Amino acid sequence: MSDTPKMDKDRRTWLIATTAVGGCGVAAVAYPFLDSFQPSERAKAAGAAVEVDISGMKPDEMRTVEWRGKPVWVVRRNQGQVKELAKLEGELADPKSLRDPAALTPAYARNEYRSIKPEYLVVVGICSHLGCSPTAKIQAGPQPSLPNDWPGGFLCPCHGSTFDLAGRVYKNKPAPDNLEVPPHMYLSDTKILIGEDKKA
Amino acid sequence: MAFQEIKVPDNASIAEKGLAWVDSRFPLTKLFKEHMSEYYAPKNFNFWYFFGALAIVVLAIQIVTGIFLVMNYKPDAAKAFDSVEYIMREVPWGWLIRYMHSTGSSMFFVVVYLHMFRGLIYGSYQKPRELIWIFGCSIFLLLMAEAFFGYLLPWGQMSYWGAQVIVNLFAAIPLIGPDLALWLRGDYVVGDATLNRFFSFHVIALPLVLVGLVVAHIIALHEVGSNNPDGVEIKNTLDSTGKPVDGIPFHPYYSVHDIMGLGVFLMIFAAIVFFAPEMGGYFLEANNFIPADPLQTPSHIAPVWYFTPFYSMLRATTTPFLIPLWILCAIPLGLVIKNTRDIRVKGVCAAIILVLAIGFYFLDAKFWGVVIMGGSVVILFFLPWLDKSPVRSIRYRPDFHKYIYGAFIVSFVILGYLGIKPPSPLFEFLAQVGTIIYLAFFFAMPWWSKLGSFKQVPDRVNFVAH
Repeated sequence: MSDTPKMDKDRRTWLIATTAVGGCGVAAVAYPFLDSFQPSERAKAAGAAVEVDISGMKPDEMRTVEWRGKPVWVVRRNQGQVKELAKLEGELADPKSLRDPAALTPAYARNEYRSIKPEYLVVVGICSHLGCSPTAKIQAGPQPSLPNDWPGGFLCPCHGSTFDLAGRVYKNKPAPDNLEVPPHMYLSDTKILIGEDKKA
Repeated sequence: MAFQEIKVPDNASIAEKGLAWVDSRFPLTKLFKEHMSEYYAPKNFNFWYFFGALAIVVLAIQIVTGIFLVMNYKPDAAKAFDSVEYIMREVPWGWLIRYMHSTGSSMFFVVVYLHMFRGLIYGSYQKPRELIWIFGCSIFLLLMAEAFFGYLLPWGQMSYWGAQVIVNLFAAIPLIGPDLALWLRGDYVVGDATLNRFFSFHVIALPLVLVGLVVAHIIALHEVGSNNPDGVEIKNTLDSTGKPVDGIPFHPYYSVHDIMGLGVFLMIFAAIVFFAPEMGGYFLEANNFIPADPLQTPSHIAPVWYFTPFYSMLRATTTPFLIPLWILCAIPLGLVIKNTRDIRVKGVCAAIILVLAIGFYFLDAKFWGVVIMGGSVVILFFLPWLDKSPVRSIRYRPDFHKYIYGAFIVSFVILGYLGIKPPSPLFEFLAQVGTIIYLAFFFAMPWWSKLGSFKQVPDRVNFVAH
């Protein structure tokens, strides 16, 4: 329609004004519906922090708790294993946990042992490849699917990714990232709170 | 015919070229013209003509709020009640979505009853609009079923016992009744099986059919064109370009007009949702805040307000009532036998009188109550053929017709009121009178609608510009 009749300015103003106001109305009505997708109070309560009792844990022992539907591992490493961690750097994809630190490694875990206390490792037990839960292979030494000089760590059964005892992923494996260190804090020497890291 | 791309000048805008591409493959502009910008509706529409468009909007509101409710509702007898409380208390904005759905359910019936009333007083069901009316009555029937199925879902005391009663209506049918009720329930008593299938009916089966019927209803309307308060056929008077002189294009006149009506409606709707969603126990009943208990019926049982007129008629049908009912059927049938010369008509009427006598005697009043309740809705379908008035609109009918319509409406409202109240001898009698008036309005219509002196219907509509 190349030769349209002369545009009526008043009509156009009226149309734009009412469409704008109507649009605000539509947005105002849409907001509650879209917001209803957010987690409900029950979901938020279910996602609350979880306490782990670490009293009486022996070296090489691992305890698992569920937080937000995922397994969180607490592993008591022995002194030898902690020392070995520094030597593995050549074999690891991201030994200094430089990739995505905001999501994977909170400030208090940015050290050689990726934890608050060197003795205890706290990581989310979900492989960073496609989400399976790796199997604990904390004992050192040759084992099926693992190299002869295996120092101890985790092996993911789905696609073979391996992680060391600081949750760091080895080179040349499908998984791109180290295991996530969840927000956590020590309530006492025998209790860890997983899910929160500020004084509540 | 070979495919023809619609041509636009080379200097046309992208929008124009895009539209031409679509129009070559889908009749978008054609549909818009046929049903909006070149669909000519009578220019004398009044207040009663808002309700059809409002009904479409309420249907959309119910579907959208329903979609969001289903995200959190659990159709399991052990979880349903709690899931509704979860929505009300814990889902962000869940309370608002639930209140919109419950208010929308009652407002749907307000709008539909007013929409049907318009059809009644202006004779919109008369030829050539019988099929629009039939689609409409089907929508009304299915809407009642949809509301009934939906009402079970919160699994409160009213939900449970209301469902129990209505399913037992079917058990009242002779011979096949009990088996039919068992089949409907999926169990010996209303339970989880019943809840799950009612959920399916309410959420997908009936909404699909309802949307289909609404589309058919509008297509049938557009094929013939709208009626108007004067009952004048505007297509009888065309201008030199073939357009009805008393018609105006739906878009932009009635599209804008209806948006204004929608604004008023939404103000009322919002006021109810935010300030009175329970409406004193009529929109959300107090008893339904108690989880269903199969071992105890609440002391005061009543259906939701929009079913109460029909419920009144069901309750009014007692064994003693069958006698005056038979007499009131026999009288007009007897008059037909006396006045007709056709032997077949005489025979049919006599047979009906006899069958009714035997039926009323041998079959329980319980069964006849169900028949009357169902019949009172089904009789609506026959209105185009019951109405023998030569004139469509009440404006040109004899004055006494207005009193007959008035009596019908008053008795419908009183029946509705009586349905909410607990039974008493006086109320039972009034409900019986109301039932007679309601049924007589329709069954005697072929006779009374012809009586009186009709006014001259004008050729042109009465319209005063303002």
